[in-house]
Amino acid sequence: MKLPDKTAALEDMIATIPDGATVLVGGFGVPGTPFALLQELARQGQRDLVVVKNDANEAGMGIDHLIANGQVRKLIVTHLGLNANAIAAMNAGAIEVEFCAQGILAERIRAGGAGLGAILTDIGLGTEMAQGKQQVEMAGRTMLVEPALRGDVALIHAASADPFGNLTYAATARNFNPVMAMAATRVIAETEVLVPLGGVAPDAVATPGAFVDHVVTLSALSQEYGIVRR
Amino acid sequence: MSDAKSRMVARAAREIAPGMVVNLGIGLPTQVVNHLPADFPVCLHSENGLTGIGPTLPYDRADRNLIDAGGAYVSTIPGSAFFDSAVSFALVRSGRLDLTLLGAFEVAQNGDLANWKIPGKFSPGVGGAIELAHKARRVVVLTTHCDRKGNPKLLEACSLPLTARGRVARIYSDMAVVDVTPAGFALRELAEGVSLSALREATGAPILIPHADIPTF
Repeated sequence: MKLPDKTAALEDMIATIPDGATVLVGGFGVPGTPFALLQELARQGQRDLVVVKNDANEAGMGIDHLIANGQVRKLIVTHLGLNANAIAAMNAGAIEVEFCAQGILAERIRAGGAGLGAILTDIGLGTEMAQGKQQVEMAGRTMLVEPALRGDVALIHAASADPFGNLTYAATARNFNPVMAMAATRVIAETEVLVPLGGVAPDAVATPGAFVDHVVTLSALSQEYGIVRR
Repeated sequence: MSDAKSRMVARAAREIAPGMVVNLGIGLPTQVVNHLPADFPVCLHSENGLTGIGPTLPYDRADRNLIDAGGAYVSTIPGSAFFDSAVSFALVRSGRLDLTLLGAFEVAQNGDLANWKIPGKFSPGVGGAIELAHKARRVVVLTTHCDRKGNPKLLEACSLPLTARGRVARIYSDMAVVDVTPAGFALRELAEGVSLSALREATGAPILIPHADIPTF
């Protein structure tokens, strides 16, 4: 038996994303952001996107291209303080922004990826973060219901991958990628290095390939992946 | 950094006990690490998926994949671990985080903390602060005593949206070390050269003054 080959062309995979899609995007700052997939999404110009990401990158980088193009209808993020363009778009009402506590965003996505409907948490109780959220009593404690979150598409950045989609991540480029890679109907992973089947040791697999639909190999890394000198 | 700020940061570093798991908030709290001995046994946690934060590196030696939650290029030390964002906050929420040092816009005498939003002026999102403030076993604030306009940050009640209710145990400022007690703010130490009247003037709530000599830092 042999595991299937899921390698594909980047342009073709981005072309599968329709207008209005909910797109999960890995990354925390620069590390783990799939810049090449985002560049192609910006070039193809799909519109009315709901983008779920930890942060809004920085001006001129990553999902900022989508915001600048007017492709984003709504952002679900934990923080966008490093991107003045995103803050301006939010304040102008050009994009809707839903803020979520960082670990709760991760758990909502993880729940989506685990086939669950919601999580219960006391994070945010007693603050305006609780406004509009359903509350339940559980084991004598008040909890907020935080609905599971899934994407139509997840855009993932891996350090290495095999053709089946077994993925590894580098250092803090892991962040939201493993949970997002479980939580979308179509999971597209870009990888810096493509190794043959067996090239990722079974114990070293961070995301099992069974979660991944497509593997896109990056021929080169653009400047966006590099060190940011602030 | 001014001398008073530097002494405040150095004093806050003594908050960290050997063996702790600690999260240092973005900004001033991150500077606390510079006042710990190189071989001090502590596990520093970064929200983006790292325990065992090593020294900050200059750009020419930085690893593009290795940052802390504030975006600084950091390094690993022997025993460091990487993990995903869900695991990172599982550690925070489950009680494994002994201490967090956070910045503040306002702290109330009952321990309420506001540090994420100034309506109409500053709303970049809550990031990981809300979970750190709700769930760290001990929450300590490191902040200038007053804001840039000279307004007190230690208040009877917060006016800004809260990050967490009643969670702040202690404040290290450039003027004093102040505990939050059931009776309100209580002075523990004074910065060198700061008078009690200046402290009272700069504090927006009553502050209990001990009868004994007040240590300085």
